[in-house]
Amino acid sequence: MSTVWKFGADVDTDQIVPGRYAPYMRPDADVGEAAFIEARPEFAKNAQAGDVIVALENFGCGSSREYAVEALRRRKVGAIIALSFARIFYRNALNLGIPLFESPEIVAALQDGDEVTLDIPNQRVRLGEKSYLLPELPVFAREILEAGGIVPYVRMHGRFPEEE
Amino acid sequence: MGQTVAEQILSHRAGKTVKAGDFVVVEPDVVMSHDSLTPGIIKILRQELGMEKVRHPERLVFVLDHVAPASTVGTADLQNQVRRFAQEQDVRLFDVGRGICHQVLVEEKIAAPGKIVIGSDSHSTGYGSVGAFGTGMGSTDIALIWATGRTWLRVPETYRVIVEGRFPPGVDAKDLALKLCREITIDGANYMAVEYHGLDWMPLENRQTLASMAVEMGGKAGIVPPFGVAAEHFSTPEWLSIDPGAQYARTLTVDISSLEPQVSKPHAVDHVVDLSDVAGTHVDVVFIGTCTNGRYEDMKAAAGLLAGKRIAKNVRLIVTPASSRELARAAADGTLTALLEAGATLTTPGCGMCMGRHQGTLGEEDVCLSTANRNFKGRMGSPNAQIYLASPAVAAATALTGAITDPRGC
Ligand code: SF4
Repeated sequence: MSTVWKFGADVDTDQIVPGRYAPYMRPDADVGEAAFIEARPEFAKNAQAGDVIVALENFGCGSSREYAVEALRRRKVGAIIALSFARIFYRNALNLGIPLFESPEIVAALQDGDEVTLDIPNQRVRLGEKSYLLPELPVFAREILEAGGIVPYVRMHGRFPEEE
Repeated sequence: MGQTVAEQILSHRAGKTVKAGDFVVVEPDVVMSHDSLTPGIIKILRQELGMEKVRHPERLVFVLDHVAPASTVGTADLQNQVRRFAQEQDVRLFDVGRGICHQVLVEEKIAAPGKIVIGSDSHSTGYGSVGAFGTGMGSTDIALIWATGRTWLRVPETYRVIVEGRFPPGVDAKDLALKLCREITIDGANYMAVEYHGLDWMPLENRQTLASMAVEMGGKAGIVPPFGVAAEHFSTPEWLSIDPGAQYARTLTVDISSLEPQVSKPHAVDHVVDLSDVAGTHVDVVFIGTCTNGRYEDMKAAAGLLAGKRIAKNVRLIVTPASSRELARAAADGTLTALLEAGATLTTPGCGMCMGRHQGTLGEEDVCLSTANRNFKGRMGSPNAQIYLASPAVAAATALTGAITDPRGC
């Protein structure tokens, strides 16, 4: 089972990992421990591998800092489901292989603390008796995620997505 | 069919006509990274991509600005690593004290009209001030450009902003930038290029203020077409123009002739109100600096109000010039003296306290009025600190009283 961590709109990258917790500032620390360290300390303490982040509009706005995504990857976040994502965050998350979906239906259905089953191969999230369909991803996004991120993708294909 | 400026630039570099929604693979002209992320990018290049050499060192630029000079043993060691790498690979490096990456690349004319400039930093939209396609990417994307010379992009739709009129006294480009965040909101231009029209009269430094804040509305780029009074700074390629047939996803027209000073309230950039709504709010720290408003003209606007006066007793006024060149200009004509005599603290050109890492990090109880571009919770230090954003003139007027103050009454 995965726990749902629900957030509001416009969660910025300073909330995900404040600049003061960047690897540059703390080269010996695990940036995963800094995930939501100030905005949601219970997440920093208790989030488990496979947990699901659910949020309203514009998740990940602000800085280009990939270490915000890296922190979530280290925490092995199973998926991020939001109404929408900020541009750089979306790209960084695909690049590091974190599945992310835009689904108003699932965002409305899932509440903070819900226990769900996340089944990405079958595009499903199950909450109790109910099962929700994860939306189809754009082709490039699906391919990058299937490869495990952009680096393995480029190594595997020898080209960028959509490159002839 | 006509093309937006973003479509023209991306088509030119892709060698074929592309339009919004298309994917392109292009060779960026310039790849900028700063001290905060370059060590991590080196690691990705070596450990994940298994490469020792960057493909086109002449296209890379490193700027040490985010913690400048180093504040800890860790940052000092990582900066030395970046210096060594730059030397080994023959990459241009601007060391601590030279200034903020976005300012330095414009001053050095490395960012230029029609070029694609990719930065390891979201405010790379600022290169649009000279008519470049500037955008920010994460470390892995930058490492891939180092390795291959290429990157892939989705050609953005364009949000056209038409500006009418001229600023009334006491109101400037920052007020316009905040007004646009207010109207367009924090994600209203997500995935889009913002193209600013009607600004041929606008000087370069004002264009930098606007373009740097395009990302605060979600913009992928923020482009002021490189024509008009700022032309002395540019050599604009002949293929670049404002195309009357271009298709815009959205258009907003703003008349600035009756614009009031704008203030963004904690903790989101688009929580913008007219200054009169927050006038009198107590402030402990006033910060003048950043890639949005740390230039000579910004310091001069502040000095105009502060000359011959003293800041309020309980206020700290921290001034961090955007570059060594802007600092030298302020030192040459008495601007700097006026600020220092009024009680300002001067720090090294660079990002300063913008990210809360050094040179003025905010504590629990601090209320700060800043000329920066972001006021997210915890951005400048304690998550309990309050950050207001405003123009340099508002910053100076506020420093004099210790409360948010309209510069037009000073
Ligand atoms: S001044 Fe602030 S916003 Fe600008 S590049 Fe530096 S840290 Fe980023």
